[in-house]
Amino acid sequence: MWKAKIIVTYKPGILDPEAKTIQHALGSLGYEQIEHLTAGRFFELTLNGQMDRESAAARVNEICEKVLSNPVIQQFRVELTEERP
Amino acid sequence: MKFGVVVFPGSNCDHDTYHVIRKVLGAEALYIWHKETSLQIFDAIILPGGFSYGDYLRAGAVARFSPVMNEIIKFAKKGGPVLGICNGFQILLESGLLPGALIPNDGMRFLCQTVYLKVANAATPFTQAYEPGQVLRMPIAHYSGNYFADDELLKRLQDEGRIAFQYCDADGNVTTEANPNGSRFNIAGITNEYKNVLGMMPHPERASEAILGSADGLKLFESLLEKVYHG
Repeated sequence: MWKAKIIVTYKPGILDPEAKTIQHALGSLGYEQIEHLTAGRFFELTLNGQMDRESAAARVNEICEKVLSNPVIQQFRVELTEERP
Repeated sequence: MKFGVVVFPGSNCDHDTYHVIRKVLGAEALYIWHKETSLQIFDAIILPGGFSYGDYLRAGAVARFSPVMNEIIKFAKKGGPVLGICNGFQILLESGLLPGALIPNDGMRFLCQTVYLKVANAATPFTQAYEPGQVLRMPIAHYSGNYFADDELLKRLQDEGRIAFQYCDADGNVTTEANPNGSRFNIAGITNEYKNVLGMMPHPERASEAILGSADGLKLFESLLEKVYHG
């Protein structure tokens, strides 16, 4: 079984109001040394059935492009690990 | 003429829209459940506002996979008029019928207020009953209404007259101060290339009767009626 950890964030250059607000809040708490902050969403999924790494990666990429991210404004990162039962 | 008002789980402006079409405009309207797979009897489709699927994942991201959306895409590709209001606009973007994306408002607040809008193109099936440059008053009520388009798309929208409405001040000046949510170029509504699909964040269905504070939205529905009857 393959386990995928997926992180979706805004693409560079797209203003992320949530990250900006968090950074501002941290600044007002005294954490002024934060140079940059990114916010995003995390997904974890496991694929059932037998498949090689390549097809598992292709499957997960397809899911990310089609559903989990909006490619107009977001990018994603996948970490794929094989789990032995 | 028959309007179809699509109902997703979580739609909440469907009844307002239905009311305006039947009682104020005097046209026919039917609800379309999101599992419907035939739109043959309809002349125009409206995706109303609300929080389809609780806005999970991203606003409009799940509704886009409802069975009815395939039919709406076909309907639109054949030239049928499709209007998406608020959450409906978000669904049209997610489904690819309109370009760009809506991200959270730049102030990270849900905005519920009346705004001024300028009719940036009065030559679309949705705006032909307005005067070019006319200033309208309509409410907005959204968290993700901050329209994003890259420079290239923005230029294309401008060049092709696809910006239908822009946020402005009471005198029709399109200024940064009059931009409630950070939308690029103060964009409040855009059309597709063929002008038969319009998505907009403001709510014309909540501004179609004087008793509600503004009847400026009614002309949008009248435009559609006129379009279907007279082209």
